[in-house]
Formats: sequence, C-alpha cells, structure tokens
Amino acid sequence: MSALGIVGGVVQPLAVVAGSPVLVGMMRQVRARLEGRAGPGIAQPWRDLRKLFGKEPIAPRGTGVVFRAAPYALVATTLVVSFVAPLATVDSPLDPVADLFAVVALLTAGTVALALAGLDTGTAFGGMGASREMTIVALVEPTLLVAVFALSVPVGSTNLAAIVSSTLRDPARAISPASLLAAVALVIVIVAETGRLPVDNPSTHLELTMVHEAMVLEYAGPDLALVELASAMRLGVFLALLANLFVPWGIATTAGPFAVLGGVLALAVKVVVLGLALAVGEVFLAKLRLFRVPELLAGSFLLALLAVAASFFLA
Amino acid sequence: MLRLWRRIWRIGRAAEPAPAGPVGDRPAVAAGWRGSVQVRHVDAGSCNGCEIEIAAAFGPVYDAERYGARLVASPRHADALLVTGPVTRNMAEPLRRTHDAVPSPRVVVAVGDCARDCGVFASAYGVVGPVRDVIPVDLEVAGCPPRPEAITEALRKLTGR
Repeated sequence: MSALGIVGGVVQPLAVVAGSPVLVGMMRQVRARLEGRAGPGIAQPWRDLRKLFGKEPIAPRGTGVVFRAAPYALVATTLVVSFVAPLATVDSPLDPVADLFAVVALLTAGTVALALAGLDTGTAFGGMGASREMTIVALVEPTLLVAVFALSVPVGSTNLAAIVSSTLRDPARAISPASLLAAVALVIVIVAETGRLPVDNPSTHLELTMVHEAMVLEYAGPDLALVELASAMRLGVFLALLANLFVPWGIATTAGPFAVLGGVLALAVKVVVLGLALAVGEVFLAKLRLFRVPELLAGSFLLALLAVAASFFLA
Repeated sequence: MLRLWRRIWRIGRAAEPAPAGPVGDRPAVAAGWRGSVQVRHVDAGSCNGCEIEIAAAFGPVYDAERYGARLVASPRHADALLVTGPVTRNMAEPLRRTHDAVPSPRVVVAVGDCARDCGVFASAYGVVGPVRDVIPVDLEVAGCPPRPEAITEALRKLTGR
C-alpha cells in the first residue's frame, strides 16, 4: 500500500459522491437547453437529495430485510469501486480488489440487490422491472468482462491499475484495433448498464416502458435518496472507468498535492465531456423496443469478442 | 439528424422569461423543501382539460421544471399531489390511498374549478364532492381549466423559487 494509494482511496470516493449528482444535473441541463427549456440548474439533483434525506421513510407492508438493505448495498458496492478503481490516481489502497473481475462483480452485486428489492415489494411493476433489468444485465456483464479482457491481454494482468499504467507508458496502445473495438463495445454496454437512452429512459413517467425506475417505485424518503445517489455514482464511475481505460492521461502517478489535484481535475474534465456527449446523443435517440435491446447488446458482445481476437492475433 | 440540429439551432430557447416570484403565503410544510418539489398528478374524475394545461405548464414554454418542480411516476417519490376533477365515487378510495402513500411532509394542490367546488359536475350522481371533502387540501388553483401560468405559480409557491 503506497502513499498515492491511500491519497487516492480518500480523494476518489469524495470526488465521486460530491460530483456525481452535479454530473447528472449537467446532463439534465444540457437536455433541457436543447429541448428549448430553461432547465432547473446543475445543482438540482443535490437539492432533491437534501430534501429527500429530510423526509419520512416508508417501508410498504409485506416488504422484508431485502427491501430495506438494498439501497445500502447499492451505495456500498459503488463506494468500494470508487475506493479501489484507478479513477484519479493509478495506485489503489487495496490493490488485489482493483481487479477487472472484482470490480465488475461488485457493480453487478449492486444491480442484483436492487432487482431483489424490486421483487420483494410484490407489486407488478417491481417484478417487471426486476425481470427486465436481469435480462439486460445477463447480456451486459459478459460484454463488459470480455471488452476489458481484450485490453488486459497485451498487459498480461487483469488489474485495472496495471492496464491504465501500461497505456500511460505505451500511448500507441490506445489506438490499436483491439482497443478501438473494445471502446465501442464498452460505450454500448455502459449506456445499457446505467439505464440511459436508447435502452432505458431515465425521465419516463410511463410504468410500462420503465426498466430501472420500475424497481424503485416503492422507495420513499432517505431510501430513495440513497438509490438516486447510487445510480448517479454508478454513472460517474462507469464513465470514469471508460475514460481512464482508453484516455488515461492526466491521472495522478505521484502522491504530490499538485499531481493529485491534477488527477481529480483531469477526471472531472473527462467525465463531464463524456457525460455531455451522452446527453447530447440522447436528444437524437428514441427508446428501443425492449425486444430489440438484446440485438444491440449482442452486437456489442460481438465487437468485444472481435477485440479479444484482435488483441491475440494482431499484437 | 442534421435537420433536427438545424431546428434546435433556429428555435433556440422556447421558454418564456420567468415572471416575478409568486405572491401570497406559502404552505408552512413546504418551507423545508428549499427549491425542490416532486409532484404526482392524480386524475380524480377530470374531463382532461386540466391535464392538458398541466402538460403545458411542464412543456418548453412555461417550463415549471426550472423552478425545481418535477413530475414523478410514484406517490412514494412525491411531495405534492396535484389533484384534478371532482372526486368520483370510484376514485374516492384510490385518492385516499394515494394520499396515504405520500411520505410526510406533504401537500395537496386542488387544480381547477372541479377540484375546488365540483364545477359543472356539481350534484351529479357519480360525484362524491370536491377534493377537500376527501383529503385535506393546502392550495387551490382556480380556473376551468386554469391557465398554465396559474399552475406554475402554485408550484412556485411550493418550491419557493
């Protein structure tokens, strides 16, 4: 455990918790402006969270420990990922956990916890949302693993920090065919996993078209605040991982105060650029029919497989 | 796609400039929300005239979202219920249950003349009465249907922006 790792372990979760709602606010603001509206301002998600934390918690009749524990599980798994993954600093306080498989498994554990909570409410929409989410996750997780695996083949390690620092040493690797194919596959699965258009519409009011929203319909007050904070954090973490796996420049490699500050600033710039691109893209997209989503995800899995093949044969 | 870009560029901002802040006193429970209100709309037997005006209030021209109000899909996520129409016999119990499902502190806004005093549907056989006979009402918006400005002003009283 290095000094840089400890600094990263403190700075990264703070940056992710504080910055993710602002990122969501920026994306909503960009969409509002492109739709001709004035928009509520980028601090609106924080205002919503502040109010929700002050409200009465309600657990519906018949729900059990799964429903109550799921928001904490969701926040906790995302916090662990933001603690160990190379987001602002290359070193991690718990190096063995900064592994590709561990990080993907942690993020999936949060999704599964929320799907179980959706089932636990016993309502029609909770179960429908859970079944849809599992359909998507079953297609997303293999693609996520295979795409990042394509990047780990030339490095010889599935440690995310090792992948990031090897791209820093050898910049030509960022534009290799394997890397480009994996990047396209990862963009598609991250859009699906974080519930953005065209897979899921985060601002829908129609229960019949919901995926993520349908599972959280029964949450109220502080629990809802945790779920909303966690989904914002997941979006931030996924975008940060996407940015750092392909464009790692700016990440802190030494523990000096300027290097760490530069790392956090670079992280913020990269995530905001990706988030705004995603928000602008959403204005031009309509939601896909649910039965067309597996076709899109199968396409991204094919790209990820091609990336692995390319990294073996073209290396 | 290029056509859509050109259109966005040409139209620019459709939202009208924000009018001066709301006059009149705010419901006391809304004081702690400080610029954020999630709204659940309940149609208790309306003719859909008020619904069109609510949709207009959240549309690009009046843009109630810029004051921190947002329509949500579940009463559990809501702070305020926007009730329209005279309460019909079949909607009285669902309205009470929806009100119970909203976590406190909560407010109820009766939108339109029907919700205030049954309007043209007064003493009809299927009507129980105005909203205040079924659940406590904190704020009323007059009009048949009320103008989007009036709905937006009521929402601004809740958000305080």
